[in-house]
Order: sequence, then C-alpha cells, then structure tokens
Amino acid sequence: MRFQPVIGLEVHVQLKTASKIFCGCSTAFGSEPNSQTCPVCLGLPGALPVLNKQVVEFAIQAGLATNCSITPRSVFARKNYFYPDLPKGYQISQFEDPICQHGWLDIQVEGQESKRIGITRIHMEEDAGKLVHGDVSGLEEGSGVDLNRACTPLLEVVSEPDLRSSDEAVSYLKQLHQIVTWLGICDGNMEEGSFRCDANVSVMPVGSETLGTRAEIKNVNSFKFVKQAIEYEIRRQIELIEDGATVVQETRLFDPTSGTTRSMRSKEEAHDYRYFPDPDLVPLVIDDAWVQRTRDELPELPEQRMQRFMTEWDLSAYDAEVLTASRSLAEYFEACVALHVNAKAVSNWMMGEITRALNDSGTSIDCCPVTPRLLVELLKLIEGGTISGKIAKTVFEAMWQSGKEPATIVQEQGLVQVSDSGAIEAIIDEILTREAGQVAEFRSGKDKLFGFFVGQVMKASKGKANPAVVNELLLSKLKG
Amino acid sequence: MNISVADVEKVARLARLELSEEEKSLYAGQMAAILGYVEKLKELNTDGILPTSHAVPMENAFREDAVSPSIGIEKALANAPDRVESFYRVPKVIE
Repeated sequence: MRFQPVIGLEVHVQLKTASKIFCGCSTAFGSEPNSQTCPVCLGLPGALPVLNKQVVEFAIQAGLATNCSITPRSVFARKNYFYPDLPKGYQISQFEDPICQHGWLDIQVEGQESKRIGITRIHMEEDAGKLVHGDVSGLEEGSGVDLNRACTPLLEVVSEPDLRSSDEAVSYLKQLHQIVTWLGICDGNMEEGSFRCDANVSVMPVGSETLGTRAEIKNVNSFKFVKQAIEYEIRRQIELIEDGATVVQETRLFDPTSGTTRSMRSKEEAHDYRYFPDPDLVPLVIDDAWVQRTRDELPELPEQRMQRFMTEWDLSAYDAEVLTASRSLAEYFEACVALHVNAKAVSNWMMGEITRALNDSGTSIDCCPVTPRLLVELLKLIEGGTISGKIAKTVFEAMWQSGKEPATIVQEQGLVQVSDSGAIEAIIDEILTREAGQVAEFRSGKDKLFGFFVGQVMKASKGKANPAVVNELLLSKLKG
Repeated sequence: MNISVADVEKVARLARLELSEEEKSLYAGQMAAILGYVEKLKELNTDGILPTSHAVPMENAFREDAVSPSIGIEKALANAPDRVESFYRVPKVIE
C-alpha cells in the first residue's frame, strides 16, 4: 500500500517588543534568571495584566501579510494546565475568536507548481518560563525555573493540514519566517527560540479521504530539523501500520542528535484545558479604520518586491528572488540602483562577491563594510574603464578590509587599468617573441591557443591591461 | 442535570484537588444544582445576543510598549520554598 503524509504546522513567533505582553518587564534574551520579573509575570495574587498595544499592532500586520481577515472583536482566554514553568496555572491565550483567521500563503517547491496553504488562525498568547536541568551546580537534584521568558508575547500561527511532504512544510515555514522578519515583528532567531515549530504529522492510504491518527512533534528548531523530524515520523508511522500496529495520538519530542522522535508524555488529559474567557482582560475591538491604517502602513512584501524588481529593473526571477530573500538585502540593492548604476551589475556583485564575503565572515548585510555607495563607486570605476572587472575583485577585498574609497585603493596600489595601446603592444611583442613556438602553432590553425596568449599578457601586466584592448591588439598581431 | 462522583473526581484531578468521599458527594450535589440553573437559563431565547464575557462594559485597555523596572531577583525569589542561585528549584521535571 502507498501512503500519503498529511502535515499541519503550528508556529510560535516571538514578537520583537521591548516589554512583555501583559507587564512592563523587559523581553531581552540571556539576562540573569528571574531578573526580568514582576508580580504580573510571576503570577502573584492580585496582579492584573494589561495588554501591550504593540502586540496587537504586530498581530494585525502578520494577519494582513498572510491574507487573514482580522476579527473585529476578540477575547483572551485562560488555558488551564499545571507545569512548573507556568506560574499562574494557566496560560493567557486566545481560543474562540482569535485575532486573525482564514489566511493563506502560496508556497513554491522547486520543480513543482505553486500551491496554496491555508492558515486556520493566528492568535496572541504569552510564553511560559524556562526549565533548566542538570547543568547548573546545585541542580543535580531538581529542576531550575527561570521566569524571564514568562509572559513574552507570542503569535501562534496554525496552518491547515494542507502540507503533503517535508519539502512543502519547509517551504511554508521559510516563507512565514521571511514574512515575519521582513515585517520586523520577529528577530527570526531559531536557535534562541524566537521562531519555533510544532508539526502535526499523520499518514493515510493514497486515495483515502479519512485522515490518520496524528502525532504532534515538538522541539524542531531549524529548517533542517523540521525536514528530518517529519521524514522520520512519516517512516515510523508507515512502518507501524504495515506491521499491523496503530498510531497513537501523542506528543513526541524530536532528538536532533539521533534524528528520531520519541514519545514525550501521554496526552490523555492534557487536552482538557478548560478554556474560559479571562475576566482580567477586556475584549479587544479592532475597527475597520485600525485595520485600514495598518494596511496602509504595511511595507511592500517580499513577493510584491520581487515582482517589481523583475519589471522595474529587468532582473530574472531567480535574481529577484535571491535579492528579496530579506528586507535588508532588497534595501541594499535599491540603495545601489538609486545611485544610477547598471542594475544587472549591482545584482551580479551582490549575488557574487558580496554574498561570498558575507558568508565567509559570517556578517549580515546590515553590517556590510562595503556600503551601497562604496559598491557603486567601484562599479563606476569599472564602467569608466579605470579598472578591469578582475582587478575590481582585488579592490573589493581591500575595501572589505579597510572600508576605504575604491578610487583611493586603486591609486595607492597602482591598480589603474592600462588601456594605452603603446604600452600593451610592448608587452605583447615581448610575449610573442618569447613564445615563438606557440605562435607558429596558432598560425597553423590551433585557435584555442589564443586564450593562452591573453593569459600571458594579463599576467605580465599584473592584471592591469584592459582586456578589450589586449584582445584586439593580440588578434591583429597574431593574424599579421 | 446529574453529576456523578466520577465527574467530580475528574474535575478535582485537573485542578489538583484532593477531596474526601463526603466532599465528593457534597460537591456533586452543588455542581448539579449550578448546572441545573444553567439548564433553566437555556430556556430563554438568546438569538442575536453576544455572550457576556465581562460584567463591565469596557473594551481596549492598553499599555504602551515601554519597559518598566522589574522587582529584582531577591524580591522575586523571596517567597520561594527552594532556590539554587537565582533559579526557583522544583522537583525534577523530566520530559
């Protein structure tokens, strides 16, 4: 029998606010345990939560960018369960009437047609604290609780079970990640847990209409692990069914070292969360004017900007996609082309030298030492014939190291391109005399030796000879 | 509306409450009375009436996104039954 995987994702997006969702404590990562706490996020008796308005603004932005409708009147609910990282004994979340509903994203898996993935809902909620085991002295016995993260604002984005493969899941996840970082509502740091994903996976016989029993996989905190975890889980479930066993509905934990999932705890009662409206928080009413204002202020989204790059700057779909991978990359490109240089040249340099140098040094484009203005200066030197494209790479390296003006570097290092035909002719004559044997072979029809002569001339000129002039002179002398 | 002792036990377990046998039957009766009253309310026609989640007619209470001082580790941990460094310490939680 052949099986069809069915996957839905629940993504937790940590919002980039300065303060927590219901109190004024800082959301900064990595501070001393429990230093960012107050009666509200500690769940002390009598403390009252007040909603951070920025969280609502961010949630509306996320909803609009994922084609959701914004719920005019939504309420917060208490999700009741006991766990040591949850001081109040309930999590403030949304249950009925979440802030955003019925959205979608179009995803594109390489070699396949674009596919629309439904987004069931996006709701606002508070994060729990963090549990620490073992790695602190004194914690050999027991677990440590750090409540700095408690009450940090999250959006939970729940997809429809529309995904049919691990590749589709990764594609959806990457697109969602791109959108929330592009909007600037999440820092997207998966290692620190700012963007984390639970995957609901089930399998059913191909052609079946009835969904199989699903397992929920937690703790998948990179795109690679999402792919691994889903693929492992699909195999595990198919093997179970083929062996005549049944899949149990449960929560499973992904273990990155072994690439496997294992059962975490039984969910028999865990689903009985006894949600009810939180009486401490008043209803949230979002009128059309508020939605419209947010829509008007929404930045141009990656998909739109990609299309515009293709039409406005005549870039290929591939180039436009790479250059809109992040908002800062797209803005770097636009800052360059605003200075009136060839868009295709900017694109080539960004996808070539700049990407390579950023990767090598682990720098992000925001901290690129070669600013758009400096890159444009360099391109102008090439366009004006002052340096060759090859020498430009040397100049780029020097700019990367020193941050100096390209013209200064060219002058200091004597890299000006030699276009003077007299000087180049002298070099060519010397080479042709030295390589008399090769010359004879070329003239007897071995055309491909031409590249050899060009190489020798460029080498002798230390790369400074103008390649166009070299080609022209060399050809006429060899033919002559 | 009938509430069994098993229903009471389930709710008690979810709320981490330990009840005596007398309490279980006492609460079963009380809960049945409360739910019976809700049954009575259901007889009313409430078409077009929004559920009341709050007694006070108020909406949109916000705070601006500004950091205010936390209370500090010592105060935060002052009532903790057990601590290690600046962590609360709880019985080992293994997942």
